[in-house]
Formats: sequence, C-alpha cells, structure tokens
Amino acid sequence: MLEISLHILDIVENSTRAGAKTVSIDIIEDTERDVLSLEIRDDGSGMSEDVLRRVIDPFFTTKTVRSVGLGLPMLAQAAERADGRFIIESKGGEGTRVAADFKLSHIDRQPLGDISATLVTLVAGNKDIDIIYRHEHNGQTYIFDTREIKKELEDIPINHVTVLNFIRSHITEGLKEIGAEA
Amino acid sequence: MAKLTIADLKKIKDKVHSETSLRAGEHRAKVTVHMGTCGVATGARAVMDSLMGAISEANVSDVIVTTSGCAGLCSQEPMVTVELTGQSPIVYGNIDANKMRQIFMRHVMQGEVQTPFAIAKV
Ligand SMILES: Nc1ncnc2c1ncn2[C@@H]1O[C@H](COP(=O)(O)OP(=O)(O)OP(=O)(O)O)[C@@H](O)[C@H]1O
Ligand code: FES
Ligand SMILES: [Mg+2]
Repeated sequence: MLEISLHILDIVENSTRAGAKTVSIDIIEDTERDVLSLEIRDDGSGMSEDVLRRVIDPFFTTKTVRSVGLGLPMLAQAAERADGRFIIESKGGEGTRVAADFKLSHIDRQPLGDISATLVTLVAGNKDIDIIYRHEHNGQTYIFDTREIKKELEDIPINHVTVLNFIRSHITEGLKEIGAEA
Repeated sequence: MAKLTIADLKKIKDKVHSETSLRAGEHRAKVTVHMGTCGVATGARAVMDSLMGAISEANVSDVIVTTSGCAGLCSQEPMVTVELTGQSPIVYGNIDANKMRQIFMRHVMQGEVQTPFAIAKV
C-alpha cells in the first residue's frame, strides 16, 4: 500500500466482514516523541487464539489466488520498515484491536495520505456501521463520529452522495484545523 | 466536531427532502466499487474518488454509491459494478479513474454499456 490511509481502509474491511457494529480508528501524531500511531478497534466476532496465531504469520493464507500479500502482514511490514511495532489482539465474541506505530521521521514511513477519501469510502459502503475517527496532532484533536451525523440526518441515509461530499469537506477542514501533517 | 456541522447538515437535509425522486425511494443507478485488499492496493479508492467527482460535476443525486468486499478475482481489480434501475448489473474490470469517469458519463448517464471494459453481465 502506498499510504497508511489505504491500510486503514483495508483493515477496517476485516472488521466489517467480522460483523462489527462500531469501529474506532485512532491516529496520534506526536512530533516530540517522533511517533505516528494507529489503532483500530472493532466489536466484531473476533478470532480464536489459534486463528490469531496464524494470522500474524505472513505465510498463512486462506485464499488460493492472490497477487499481493495479506492485509494484516502488509501493515505489520509497513510498521517494521519504519522502526515501529505491530500488535493485534482479539477475543472470540468480543472484538479485535489492531495497533501499529511508526517512527514519524523515518524515511521509509508511508505518508498517512488521504484520510477523508478513506473515511468517505468506508461510510459509503457501510451505512449501518458506526465509525469513530479520532486524530490527535501534538495535543490538538479532531473527531469524526458517524453517530452524531446520523442523529442530525434523521431519515436521510448517511451514504447519500450529498452527505458523502459534506463528510469529505468536513474531515478535510477538521484535519487542516489541527495542523495534521503526517 | 467542527462548529459548522449542524447548520450545514440541516441544509443538506432540506435539499435532499426537496428532491422528490429520492423521497419516493427511486434512483437512477447503483454503482458498487469493489474494495478487497487487491482492489485497494491497485487503486480502488482513486476509482471511488473519481466516481464521486463525476457525480458532483454532473450534479445528480439519484445515484447510489457503495462498496463491496473481495470478489475473488484479484487480476481484474479494481472492479466496478453498475446496475441501472431495472436492468442487469454489468461488472467492469481493471478500472482506473479515467475509465470510471467514462463509465459514469456513458453508462450511468446515457445507458450505453462500455463493452471494452465489461467482464460480465450478472
Ligand atoms: N477484525 C477482525 N475480526 C475478525 N477476524 C479478523 C479480523 N481481522 C482479520 N481477521 C481474520 O484474519 C484473517 C486474515 O486477515 P488479513 O486481512 O490479513 O487477510 P484477509 O482479509 O483474509 O485477506 P485480504 O485482506 O488479503 O483480502 C481474515 O481472513 C480473518 O479470518
Ligand atoms: S481482492 Fe484479491 S482475492 Fe480478494
Ligand atoms: Mg483483510
């Protein structure tokens, strides 16, 4: 993946496939500690310990035809390449937590990329799932929460194109306001 | 969230409510961009951006945009399915931002299937 935001799109797809109702995405840019961290939590079906062990093994695949690596190993590699760490925790019936951090100034760290495009795509495809995106940049925070938007919209679906365009501008502006720069 | 949210959403709500076609639950077409890992890695999100841009430019709001997961056809990603209301869905393969724009303008807006990119009729 060329951007961390593309990993996010891909990892959240696992959550929706696992039947999650709520997905939280947290980004922290901390210039002083020189860390960019990403955490994705869901309340989907989770994994048994056995599956979890196999999932972090890059040679494990349940699919027969593919031209690129698996989603989770790709994120793990991206973090390791940028002097970071990758953690996955999961409990059957409870949910899953995927966390990756990166050395912010590392030359091999991918850019965060177009977060608003990722979130718009996620909302378009998953109108019944609640997505909470929290982005902290050196102490300033932007939060995007589909629950707040749905409350305002009442009978209009959140994946209506007019609403999606609004969401895109809202996120772009919000991230500019906190000076997001990764 | 930022201050402008609520006021802007109210405007959106009023605008959408005034569009009778949607009130009746009708739409021109549904466009699905496949978002499996292979699709995401080969530009499916850019295809989605291009589609949203084309919809805004055409100034239509009766097109439903959605995504789906892995379709098991890695070599054909990014893939897009166009379903005009009342017609069979057409699946397109190896789509990029430009092809998406063409499919939107010709197929979604004018009803002409873009056969060079089509891989299946479902
Ligand atoms: N959030 C999650 N909840 C439950 N199971 C998960 C979750 N994330 C991953 N898994 C399990 O781990 C497996 C591997 O995930 P990974 O994203 O690496 O590959 P994949 O989704 O199978 O294939 P790809 O992402 O390449 O299309 C999944 O098939 C699924 O069984
Ligand atoms: S996207 Fe390639 S196998 Fe699903
Ligand atoms: Mg996956």
